[in-house]
Amino acid sequence: MLGGINLATLIASLMVAAVPILMAATGELVAEKAGVLNLGVEGMMIIGAVCGLVAAVHSGSPALGFLAAAAAGAALSLVFALLTQVFLANQVATGLALTLFGLGLSSLIGQGYVGVKPPPTGRLEIPGLSDMPVLGPILFHHDVWVYLSIAMVAVVAAVLRRTRAGLILRAVGENHDAAHALGYKVTRVRLLAILFGGAMAGLGGAYVSLVRVPQWTDGITAGAGWIALAIVVFASWKPWRVLIGAYLFGGISVLQLNLQAAGARIPVEYLAMSPYVVTILVLVLISAERGGRGGNAPAALGRNFHAAR
Amino acid sequence: MTPLIEIDGLSKSYPGVRANEDVRFSIAPGEVHALLGENGAGKSTLVKMIYGLVRPDAGTMRLRGEPYAPPRPSVARERGVAMVFQHFSLFDALDVAENVALGMENPPPMRALAKRIREVSEEYGLPLDPARLVGDLSAGERQRVEIVRCLLQDPKLLIMDEPTSVLTPQEVEILFRTLRQLSAEGTAILYISHKLEEIRALCDGATILRRGRVVGSCAPREKTARELAEMMVGQTLTPPARAERARGPIALEAAMLDLDSPNPFGVGLRGVSFQVRQGEILGVAGVAGNGQDELLLALSGEIRSPTDAVRIDGHGVGHLGPVARRRLGLVAAPEERLGHAAAPDMSLTENALLSGGPRRGLVARGLIDWAKTRIFAREIVEQYDVRTPGIEVAARSLSGGNLQKFVIGRELSQDPSVVVVNQPTWGVDAAAAAAIRQALLDRAAAGAAVVVISQDLDELLEVADLFAALNGGRMTKPRPTQGLTVDEIGLMMGGAHGMEEAHAHHA
Repeated sequence: MLGGINLATLIASLMVAAVPILMAATGELVAEKAGVLNLGVEGMMIIGAVCGLVAAVHSGSPALGFLAAAAAGAALSLVFALLTQVFLANQVATGLALTLFGLGLSSLIGQGYVGVKPPPTGRLEIPGLSDMPVLGPILFHHDVWVYLSIAMVAVVAAVLRRTRAGLILRAVGENHDAAHALGYKVTRVRLLAILFGGAMAGLGGAYVSLVRVPQWTDGITAGAGWIALAIVVFASWKPWRVLIGAYLFGGISVLQLNLQAAGARIPVEYLAMSPYVVTILVLVLISAERGGRGGNAPAALGRNFHAAR
Repeated sequence: MTPLIEIDGLSKSYPGVRANEDVRFSIAPGEVHALLGENGAGKSTLVKMIYGLVRPDAGTMRLRGEPYAPPRPSVARERGVAMVFQHFSLFDALDVAENVALGMENPPPMRALAKRIREVSEEYGLPLDPARLVGDLSAGERQRVEIVRCLLQDPKLLIMDEPTSVLTPQEVEILFRTLRQLSAEGTAILYISHKLEEIRALCDGATILRRGRVVGSCAPREKTARELAEMMVGQTLTPPARAERARGPIALEAAMLDLDSPNPFGVGLRGVSFQVRQGEILGVAGVAGNGQDELLLALSGEIRSPTDAVRIDGHGVGHLGPVARRRLGLVAAPEERLGHAAAPDMSLTENALLSGGPRRGLVARGLIDWAKTRIFAREIVEQYDVRTPGIEVAARSLSGGNLQKFVIGRELSQDPSVVVVNQPTWGVDAAAAAAIRQALLDRAAAGAAVVVISQDLDELLEVADLFAALNGGRMTKPRPTQGLTVDEIGLMMGGAHGMEEAHAHHA
């Protein structure tokens, strides 16, 4: 116990709270590693949230809901891909537009579903492990998505670090002209990375509407997409640090609720803004360290590629 | 003997440009073949077609007697064609082994690859540490990465696009030894360079391109550099006239100039000191990335320094910005034309205003005098023979050479007392380069102190009275250009960056 807050419950609930931002940030990390800055994470998340809920309600299956959410997130990211990779639109402006579009569209789709509850997603009971004292409730009392989101981080880390596909992806994000000169398909690699980012953001959104809340209200993701973007920078584009960042920021949001419940006298707003303050601090620290090359950012991040050279 | 590669009637057009028209030539196994031509003659397009980056509109190629039409570079690499690029082919944030792996079709696992890199690089006297980040390597070492990447694939034809533009004379010697070793082993080399003396020293045959067509072929050893240049340009060249000039008092002075580079991979300046008198030209040599950009920024005022570290006519100006320094008579033209010397999407008139405003009085009480600005822009275009449809076109629509003439002309037309230029003829064809050098000489004759920073040694030897070199951000003491030998220049530029010992082992 810590000032009226149970630590075991706190850790268990921060793991749950971190899933949406962890998933979205993992997807965005891959897109940014390929040199694409997609600021539409929030929009893709909320589209995933509403489509996942609608699909789960109609099919009665949460798994189908998540699948639909991934498809919807990817579909919305395809709009971004078309604009930035084919028509070479500015990535920042397109990403912002995507977020606004996603928020509006989700409201429209969700009109008949406000307050509707989706079928519940079961928890994974692991015989033996779940009953352990302390560790059981913290680590082994979650739904499958908590574990899948961690597994995705491991997969992404391994692919980026150890496989040829990961090497090509990093090369494209580092110097698209060189990658093109060596014969790699810059646009195709980026397209796939954007789609992956969209699908992951969609899954993250669906976790909010299907598990965490679980029901539909307008603006349900409440800025989680922006936190996901901040986490990628905070993590200096390293997958395992994304996990740390997501749990840190997830922890802050849980703590904020718990502190309120415990009647602490810190204004909630301070905690609500703390993830961003931390990100700004990290950015400052990164750029203060010269030779750190702008904190490991992919050199071609946000730059459009045109092959006719 | 069947030729290694036969090129028969290749043509390629882009909207508005015929890059290549009916190009034909062939290269024998083990031959070192030069491709000569001015900028825009179509050399790059041609080698891109051979390497599979660009598809020809018409024509055929045969490699070792078999039809050859690579749809993409990976096919070219499989067939034994490798290419060392001029720029754009290394990844700063990846290590040497990863960079090499990206250029290979089926790279072995990383550990085996690292071992192969060590073996091959030592065999050819180009030592490399596979675990180092490419961004931390010198220009010469970066080129080794590219060459080793090609060698690992056991190429039959190695294409080299301007390989020596970033090397010291000693490094060039080592590169040539490697190339001769390869050629003796039967690898053909297609060699593109502007440096005619190098081509005479290295190449067995040459094909000369002008405006996309083959205009001749020759054995370079039997021609003089002058003859080769005239075959490229298609006209007789006159070297710049160097009039005797009177030296005045010291116009520009740097004293123990110390500063960090704004670029994380850049090199800061360390204790740079020199003096240039009125009517004098100081040439600053050095391999790219040894502080040239930083020197220009420090002199132009884009990076500030302590007040007395930079002086114009004896006044400390280190704390002043570019506009204030312009008012005092110092003009500067940086290396990068698009985005630094000129705003790419603004018209020539607007670009003329951007730097000419203070000294030509184009702005009065915050209002732009467009009429005067247009006159100024037109004057530059006429005096410096800038080929452009008009002064209202965007800067980016001009060719590199024409924009360079405009940028240099704009600075020199401001009646400056100090001129600082970086790479004034980079990527500019021979005729325009001669015009630019002449303009710099004329300005010095009119009493300006001129600093020419350049990687082109021939250019510096042609225009400079004093010669200095930058190496790792330090500048050698300026010496009179007359009487300097190539060996002395090489030593001033920092020798071979450790390549010599490596080669001694091998020999």
